Amino acid sequence: MSQIMACIDGSSASPAVCDYAAWAASRTGAPLSLLHVLDRKQFPSEKNFTGRISLGGSQKLLEEMAELDARRSRMALEQGRLMLEAAQQRVAETGFSQSTTRQRHGDLVDTLADMEGEIRILVMGRQGEDGDSVGAHVGNNVERVIRTLHKPILLTPASFRAPRRILMAYDGSETTRKGLALIASSPLFMGLDCHLVTVGEDNARNRNLLEEATNQLRGAGLSVQASLLQGHVDSALRSYQRDNDIDMIVMGAFGHSALRQFFVGSTTSSLLRSAEVPLLVSR
Amino acid sequence: MLQSLKNTWFFNVRGDLLAGIVVALALIPEAIAFSVLAGVPPKVGLYASFCIAVITAIIGGRPGMISAATGAMALLMVNLVDQHGLQYLLAATILTGVFQLILGQLGIHRVMRFVSRSVMTGFVNALAILIFMAQLKELGTLSWQPMQVGDTSINIPVIEFMHWAVYAMVIAGLGIIYILPLFTRIVPSPLVCILVMTAIAMYFGLEIRNVGDTGALPDSLPYFLFPDVPLNLETLMIILPTVLSLTVVGLLESLMTANIVDDLTDTESDKQRESKGQGVANIVTGFFGGMAGCAMIGQSVINVQSGGRGRLSCLVAGVVLLMMVVFLGEWVSQIPMAALVAVMVMVSIGTFSWSSLTNLHAHPMSSNIVMIATVTIVVLTHNLAIGVLAGVLLSTLFFANKVGRLMYINSTLDESGQVREYRVIGQVFFSSAEEFVAAFDFREAVSRVVIDLHSAHFWDITAISALDKVVIKFRREGAEVEIVGLNEASATLVDKFGVHDKPDALKRLSAH
Repeated sequence: MSQIMACIDGSSASPAVCDYAAWAASRTGAPLSLLHVLDRKQFPSEKNFTGRISLGGSQKLLEEMAELDARRSRMALEQGRLMLEAAQQRVAETGFSQSTTRQRHGDLVDTLADMEGEIRILVMGRQGEDGDSVGAHVGNNVERVIRTLHKPILLTPASFRAPRRILMAYDGSETTRKGLALIASSPLFMGLDCHLVTVGEDNARNRNLLEEATNQLRGAGLSVQASLLQGHVDSALRSYQRDNDIDMIVMGAFGHSALRQFFVGSTTSSLLRSAEVPLLVSR
Repeated sequence: MLQSLKNTWFFNVRGDLLAGIVVALALIPEAIAFSVLAGVPPKVGLYASFCIAVITAIIGGRPGMISAATGAMALLMVNLVDQHGLQYLLAATILTGVFQLILGQLGIHRVMRFVSRSVMTGFVNALAILIFMAQLKELGTLSWQPMQVGDTSINIPVIEFMHWAVYAMVIAGLGIIYILPLFTRIVPSPLVCILVMTAIAMYFGLEIRNVGDTGALPDSLPYFLFPDVPLNLETLMIILPTVLSLTVVGLLESLMTANIVDDLTDTESDKQRESKGQGVANIVTGFFGGMAGCAMIGQSVINVQSGGRGRLSCLVAGVVLLMMVVFLGEWVSQIPMAALVAVMVMVSIGTFSWSSLTNLHAHPMSSNIVMIATVTIVVLTHNLAIGVLAGVLLSTLFFANKVGRLMYINSTLDESGQVREYRVIGQVFFSSAEEFVAAFDFREAVSRVVIDLHSAHFWDITAISALDKVVIKFRREGAEVEIVGLNEASATLVDKFGVHDKPDALKRLSAH
């Protein structure tokens, strides 16, 4: 049974992650699973630059390091358990009582990739644990997760607001078509106002694209408001979002190759950095 | 792509930089000492360490592992250098790299399964002993002098001692290396040992051997040159024995070290990529005037201990090593050999598996014999490859012998006294085939013999021919032979047989 998977960590984003996950779970009727991944990337910080191999060499070092790791991991495990309990508590307060919790060791992205088959929607904070202090910093893992996972990913801001109006950024590309299909078929969006926006020249092709998409969504029983905007993609989307009080943006994932994006950036990453509302990224 | 770069290169920059510097400082004395050991100028070992460290950092399979010129490899080169010179060594280095690249591609890392724990322990112990023994010639020379006793002359051993300062320095150096870390863990103690001893030697103008006396140090970055050897079959025949040993030992030590680093860091690594990377590194090294190398157990331990985890640490170690040697060449040449001896003694003590001595009474005798045999053969031949092969062979024989004992045959006679039924239980293969035949009583006069193989496993052709032999013998005695359950018993004969992933097959196998 595929489920709503919420990534819980120690960051300030976790409460909102819980809320959005509970919202998604209650609307779709899918089970909710709270996941905490123990990523052991920090190393023993015992300062030892002696360059001396002690008697018993690697064996002795192995025992010391294992002991250090064991102590740290036990604490991290306990801490994670408390986080998950708090998260479960919070989810229960929203009236969604059957969430399950899981803890896994390993790298977050690898773990999610392993679990991909069970995921229906992944919910995670836009900023990871280390990203708390930095305003525009996107969690280190977010981009990797988006590139790795082929499931819808809901990236949450710092606080929760139940979505009523969603914005779909549409350009006719493969990933945005998938996003469109997602909106048309998922109970998540049932009864919400959908704003369909294409940013580009006002020409016949773009108008046709928008027309088709609008009909597809209306066919699925959604109320749709379509607009064709000019200007720079992300700033246009951002101002549209503010002017129309949009509270969730649905968009296709990275359109370009990683390399190209490194030089020119992409709409996805700039929206990731700047959006004040949750983003639902479809693959 | 950028992310994967980040994940193996720049996730631990500070730790890798510091650890890399610590390792570089430890590598300098080792690279020089191993050059001396192989009988080549220090330049050769230092260039090799630089090239190998940089290349394996980039294309190896185990981030955080240190590869460079090593003692295990240096020991294998001694004869070749001695008889044919440096150019042949460079050619051998390139060919070693080619072999390692090919074997790596073929999946040699899987063969590591056959190297048992005891053989590995024997390997590191032998390596430690050889490194230690190699230091002795810096402490005095042993020669046999004829001496007249009455009217016959006999040879007696004479040890020619060095300057007394050498011994004082080794002892003081070891003192610094082992005692300093008790007070501070911020400075590398081998470095302090080398600095202090060099200062003393220069200040007092001591007339003792120093690094400058062993040969040329690098005065520039390494440059590309083709080994100056005739490209013919004769050359190939000269270098081939050395190349084979180098190939085996290099891969073995690298894969062993990769496992150690895996354990220490609790992460996995790509052994195939590591084997191939090792090959490429040696090919390049040979063209840049360096000697063959491999991963270093001691240095990798020091790296992890100092906080090195990523590829960056090995790269930094290589680059810093070369920079220091090229720019501080005249100072490096002043380092007394005695200070290096102290460092190498520390390395050999750290490499030796002391727990293997205390475990001698706890481990089974066969394991002890394998370990001790490996060590003994290496110390006698100075060739780790031969020792490992012998160790693997011995452990295989011991294992076959043990499993061969897992066979039992009982029999029942029916009431008429005319039918004898034998039940064979356990493993029948080359080691137990003889015992299998001996378990049947051919002298018993019965008209019918039933051999029930439901609980037996026939592993090889030897087992089948032993069964044939039994059948023929009974027939000659006039008995009719019936064999039950042969198909199940010989399921193990088929080489494609494997039950790792089919638990039900395993159940069927053990149940029949």
